[in-house]
Amino acid sequence: MATVETSKPARPAATTAPPLDVHKIRADFPVLQQLVYGKPLIYLDNAATAQKPRVVLDAINRFYGEQCANVHRGVHRLSQLATDEYEGSRAKIQRFIGAAASREIVFVRGATEAMNLVASSFAQKFIQEGDEVLITGLEHHSNIVPWQFVRDQRGAKLRVAPINDAGEVLLDEFEKLLTDRTKIVAVSHVSNALGTVVPIREIIRMAHARNVPVLIDGAQALPHCRVNVQELDCDFYAFSGHKLYGPTGVGVLYGKARWLEAMPPYQGGGDMIREVTFEKSSYNTLPYKFEAGTPNIAGGIGLGAAIDYLESVGMERIAAYEHELLEYATERVQGIPGLRIIGTAREKAGVLSFVMEYAHPHDVGSILDRDGIAVRAGHHCAMPVMDRFGIAGTTRASFAFYNTFEEADALAASLRKVQEVFG
Amino acid sequence: MSDVKDLYQELIVDHSKRPRNFGTLEQADHEATGHNPLCGDKVTVYVKVEDGVVQDVHFQGVGCAISTASASLMTERIKGKPVAEAEALFKEFHDLVTTGNTQPGAMEHLGKLQAFSGVKEFPLRVKCATLAWHTFRAALHGEEPDLSADD
Repeated sequence: MATVETSKPARPAATTAPPLDVHKIRADFPVLQQLVYGKPLIYLDNAATAQKPRVVLDAINRFYGEQCANVHRGVHRLSQLATDEYEGSRAKIQRFIGAAASREIVFVRGATEAMNLVASSFAQKFIQEGDEVLITGLEHHSNIVPWQFVRDQRGAKLRVAPINDAGEVLLDEFEKLLTDRTKIVAVSHVSNALGTVVPIREIIRMAHARNVPVLIDGAQALPHCRVNVQELDCDFYAFSGHKLYGPTGVGVLYGKARWLEAMPPYQGGGDMIREVTFEKSSYNTLPYKFEAGTPNIAGGIGLGAAIDYLESVGMERIAAYEHELLEYATERVQGIPGLRIIGTAREKAGVLSFVMEYAHPHDVGSILDRDGIAVRAGHHCAMPVMDRFGIAGTTRASFAFYNTFEEADALAASLRKVQEVFG
Repeated sequence: MSDVKDLYQELIVDHSKRPRNFGTLEQADHEATGHNPLCGDKVTVYVKVEDGVVQDVHFQGVGCAISTASASLMTERIKGKPVAEAEALFKEFHDLVTTGNTQPGAMEHLGKLQAFSGVKEFPLRVKCATLAWHTFRAALHGEEPDLSADD
């Protein structure tokens, strides 16, 4: 990240759109209106899960309270309403990420299931013994373990492009690891542990030059920036609803239709079939081929409401505000003696990860907690990243557009308390 | 509501920074390693038992202040004590950090270990405080440390 001048104003710089009114936005999030241990909640664990605006809660309530029915099956009125809303959400998601068609939007449980779906289904069709899968040293366990399954089941090799001390993927090394045996590249768009924004355009270009498809884990990116999958030209893009201000238990796998058409189904059951006899079955069209069983209908509808909300605020405004906020918070904590930021990539989004030389991340987390500040402490489901930096874990403050500059000040003040106790 | 100073009492901070009986123990006849996946704490406890008495006990590992201080104070407290007494002490310590409801007389037995009384207000940190004790017990019995009861 660029160095921040100490004189930087505590206000977002003017963008083309009017700046975001954070206090008005905070009023939209019921959970933020509470005290924790008698202090106002300062929620800085957004990379774990984001809070939900009232419109999302209302959409879920409306579904269960007024139109609860199964989708794609009923001949009755409620089923029609539920199906319209659920499929309407799919269309919103398609527009939100710039997909070419709604049949390229597969509803799943979350980014983890999306990654498992691709690993399992793509591998069955396209990965043979001796083939290679290429990931990076920044990945979340959900983009490592499914490929280890593939490695062990298919006799494939798992290659890992290294990162530098700033937490950036070494593109030269990445390119060298692309070989004639590479069958798929799977990389995160933004690192959950460090906040590094990965140059996925470059990565996609390099992979496509060798006709290798690319799966992007967008769980930590989509909440922070505008993503257009067609412009990126990625082959798959995975994300979770709950990190995008939507409900838990719902997520999306975007896949180019030609890949999804070629891949075998992931799970078998209702809705994913066209015809079933005891001898054989034929499968439904996209996206239903990958959606066995009754889906998370309320979740899908809630996610659609979250996307409406984000569009009403504007992803560009969100990105600009969060960028200023992260730079400000970084500057505020940098001067604290014994504090070292882990992950100093030139481009970062949402995440401020650090260690304090005299205090374990969990002790830091407990002290912040008593000041009403929620952070995550530990390895962040990215143990290989921690190993790369020779640490067991970090304390991670992760920001959303409802966080304020005053909350960044409070974080810094509470960290100075840690220094008082342990320093 | 409790203050963080109740959790991080001076004695705990001191033992976390300067753990006693830290390092391997060559003449140990029992040892076990315990993990606390939440904090990433890892502790190995080495014990030498003679005639039913804990002749010596050391520990080694990495962890948060609570787990390190707990291991350090445990070794101080149980060294030279009959095994049965050490195990009984664990029961009292466990009550202290989980419910705070200790048996009559327990506080006197616990002595310095009372510094951990603030842990009960921090349920997520109970395992940090009990890790070394579970590991000690596992070492004595030749078992794997089982922290599941403290979930």
